[in-house]
Amino acid sequence: MENLVQEAIQNVNLQAIMPSLVLSGLAMVLLMISVFSKRGSTTHVAWLSIVALVITGLVTLTGWNNPQAGFAGSVLFDNFATFFSMICIVAAALTILMSDDYLRREGYPVSEYYPLILFTTAGAMWMASGTDLMTIFLGLEVLSVSLYVLAGFFRNQTRSNEAGLKYFFLGAFSTGFLLYGVALLYGVTGTTKIDGIAAYVQANPDTALNTMFIAGGLLLLVGFLFKIAAAPFHMWTPDVYQGAPTPITAFMSAGPKAAAFAALMRVTIIGLDGLQSELTSLFWLLAVLTMTIGNFVALSQKDLKRMLAYSSISHAGYALVGLVAWNAIGLSAILFYMLVYTFMNLGAFAVLILIGKKGEDNLTLDGVAGLGYKKPILGIVLTIFLFSLMGLPPTAGFTGKFYIFAGAIEAGYIWLAILGVMNSAVSLYYYLRVIVQMYFRDPEEDFNWVTINVPTAISIAVSVVGVLYLGLFPNSLMNLAKMAGF
Amino acid sequence: MADYLLSIMTFFPLLGILVLLFIPRDNGGLLKGFTLVVSLATFAISLPLAFDNVFTTSGGMHYREFYEWINIGNFFQMNYNLGVDGISLWLVMLTTFIVPITVLSTWNAVDKNIKGFMAMLLLLETGMLGAFISLDLFLFYIFWELMLIPMYFLIGIWGGKNRIYAAVKFFIYTAVGSLLMLVAIIFVYYYAVQSGAPMNGFGIQELYKLDLPYNAQFWLFLAFGFSFAIKVPMFPLHTWLPDAHTEAPTAGSVILAAVMLKMGTYGYVRFAMPLFPDALPTFIPYLAFLSVVGIIYGSLVAMMQDDIKKLVAYSSVAHLGFVMLGVFAMNLQGLAGGMIQMVNHGISTGALFLIVGFLYERRHTRLITEFGGVATKMPIFATIFMIITFSSIGLPGTNGFVGEFLALMGAFQSSLRWYAVFATSGVILAAVYMLWVYQRVMFGKVTNPENEKLKDLSAREIIIMLPLLLFVFWIGVAPNTFLSKMNPAMEQILVQMNDKKVAVVEVQQPVVANVLEIKSIVD
Repeated sequence: MENLVQEAIQNVNLQAIMPSLVLSGLAMVLLMISVFSKRGSTTHVAWLSIVALVITGLVTLTGWNNPQAGFAGSVLFDNFATFFSMICIVAAALTILMSDDYLRREGYPVSEYYPLILFTTAGAMWMASGTDLMTIFLGLEVLSVSLYVLAGFFRNQTRSNEAGLKYFFLGAFSTGFLLYGVALLYGVTGTTKIDGIAAYVQANPDTALNTMFIAGGLLLLVGFLFKIAAAPFHMWTPDVYQGAPTPITAFMSAGPKAAAFAALMRVTIIGLDGLQSELTSLFWLLAVLTMTIGNFVALSQKDLKRMLAYSSISHAGYALVGLVAWNAIGLSAILFYMLVYTFMNLGAFAVLILIGKKGEDNLTLDGVAGLGYKKPILGIVLTIFLFSLMGLPPTAGFTGKFYIFAGAIEAGYIWLAILGVMNSAVSLYYYLRVIVQMYFRDPEEDFNWVTINVPTAISIAVSVVGVLYLGLFPNSLMNLAKMAGF
Repeated sequence: MADYLLSIMTFFPLLGILVLLFIPRDNGGLLKGFTLVVSLATFAISLPLAFDNVFTTSGGMHYREFYEWINIGNFFQMNYNLGVDGISLWLVMLTTFIVPITVLSTWNAVDKNIKGFMAMLLLLETGMLGAFISLDLFLFYIFWELMLIPMYFLIGIWGGKNRIYAAVKFFIYTAVGSLLMLVAIIFVYYYAVQSGAPMNGFGIQELYKLDLPYNAQFWLFLAFGFSFAIKVPMFPLHTWLPDAHTEAPTAGSVILAAVMLKMGTYGYVRFAMPLFPDALPTFIPYLAFLSVVGIIYGSLVAMMQDDIKKLVAYSSVAHLGFVMLGVFAMNLQGLAGGMIQMVNHGISTGALFLIVGFLYERRHTRLITEFGGVATKMPIFATIFMIITFSSIGLPGTNGFVGEFLALMGAFQSSLRWYAVFATSGVILAAVYMLWVYQRVMFGKVTNPENEKLKDLSAREIIIMLPLLLFVFWIGVAPNTFLSKMNPAMEQILVQMNDKKVAVVEVQQPVVANVLEIKSIVD
């Protein structure tokens, strides 16, 4: 034990955790600032959080092509971690931009909100860079605890309370599963390091028959699959997504989900590489289940937040297809898709935030009737996001899906690709319903409560540019994603 | 300019949209006028293609443009790869020709959100042109899907009473087909990569030479063919078409009939058949059967319609059946008939939809029983309608005759002889339903007092119809102008299809040796 501690101390490499260190530090400073600022004024904290994220982003980027390992191999800030960290930072920044006005409208101008988002992001970065199951667990907890608070942030709203509580209880259980899994794996392999597990699997070809190992591995996967909202661990998603403050819903569907994917990918592809054939058949089933359940249930939703929640389940399913492919194309495609999904989903949520009234009871299909005529620009951008979510060219949603299915086909999973595109076809229907309402129905409301504020407009503009640019010129990002793969 | 002609032509309408955005939305006249100018300019840009004699001598791709677009190491490569040959030439010309006509047709018909309408029309033109000239499957797919979006809005926003149902049905039908095609496209690509064949992104000219096993060709042809069959549309996948046509505004119907349906038939000729020739003998009997069913079924259903627009829509199903039958004959006559019939159908059915539009603008109804004796009130209209009716039936001297005759002749000379026998009955059926509707609408006494007030065609409406009439006779009398430019390319495609596979076909004409010579990438 003493040796381990010594080894760890010798191995301190602050460079490897510098981004999350900077972010956590700045978040704490912001917490202090919030304490001393007047209640009800949050705008300055919002902008300071953006500054904090920009600084963190710059620090993170120094890690590109400059992998830093530290703490006795429990953290590795490589290209993969950098890429996922950047996704989380972008997601957090877009979320913060669309939050300020929203919090004021809903009557909760509380500035602790922003540091909590920053802590979530820091946790996500640990998850993405963790090479030890304990580091990943630590990141997951930091991320989750902040998210529990954020989901229930509107403490006088029943729905938000429900969301927070549900997320907390179910999340706590899933983390318990994860920890159980780690313990069992430790019991079998004697290590919690991912490459240690990989070495054990290599050395013991009969691992796949070891009950304790299988149990541990499955429990571990349950923890991750819960976070990415893959079926059958998706039950919490609709209620939590619907009840949580809308920017938090948007954030949860992008940032934390990407982080969970990062951890899942590292654990499975590095750690459990020896079990590829067993795992891919499992993921095959999960991917199909997740896509299909998400899309078919979304068909009958009238509430837009709930519809996007189910759509987000189905998108997790598409991303899992990339994991089934288990090849360079599929894995890079997941990275690419996560960023694209961040842009299109956060963009769509930002538009919803703008058109919502206090309490957001009007965010239903009928509530957007005629939006395209009353607010033409919002109508057009929401249409672009929806087409991207459908996966139609020339948007990034198309290129992302194309790469994912290309990975699957290259690996020989043609039926999976067919099931995937058929799922896209199903999804057309519910996304189109929104467009039908916006353009094919006459306006019932005048939408004169909609005022466009600058920060939200910025986040929408960034998302639109992202969706269109990555749709037409995916080259550069896809090359980066390729370099970030294992 | 000639180096970039195709790009300029394709993206000029898109540029027009950018300017259009800055025109005030309530200035309808200016919006329409500007769109007309843009579409006419696009037509002017494309004109040199029609006069270029290179198509009469060489069947290869011309006006090539090639740029690397997406290149992700060993993952994939997609190129901006354009070119036009005798097969796409007249379809491109038809597109640039028909769009200004549809813009003119909207002059009084569209008064709601004109800016949006014009933008959609121009976006549609870019999509259609791009799809016809793409030589890279990936690029083709993008343009192919791009067409879908504006048409969806055209039907959904400016359509009739049942527009939402029709628009969503149109969208989902087409998208389901294309998504399967997408899987097939990716599969072909990786097959080529893994077999180490020389490739040029998703370039079809390289993929033509790919040696796929029969089993793979079978499924791939099924995926491509399914997608194109929806677009054509072939029986029994045609049900979206009557809905879409009936609900679409006149301009939408015209473009849908004149150009977008040709995407399906063009897709067969350009992609499905030459890429997977080994699977062809398996599928051709079934496809030919469905074509014949389409011809007869479409004609019979057309006969029974009481809505003129629906009648024209079902007649499209029948006409496209002739096109498909000609194409599946896989000989020069059949293919030529199919190709020329595509253009013919664009002209005559486009014109029929315009005619229905004229009536609808005057009476706001399309029910046949509401009319009668219109000829006495609208003599010019009656004449034009008559000519177009003849063209649609395929009377000698009009374009329809040339196309149907060649297509049927091709089918008779191939293994599809018996199919052709049944298909020929479609010509008679066409005469029945077209002449019958003409008689009920135009002849007799004016029984409905509403029809007393009908005004004859205005100068604008006559101007819309004149160019269409010109081509009805031009193709009818001197089809060689058009055929001579298609021939080399068709011969080449036939050689490609026959070269690689069991012969279903006997090529009637000696094939010029040099058509095999594939031109180098940059001319």
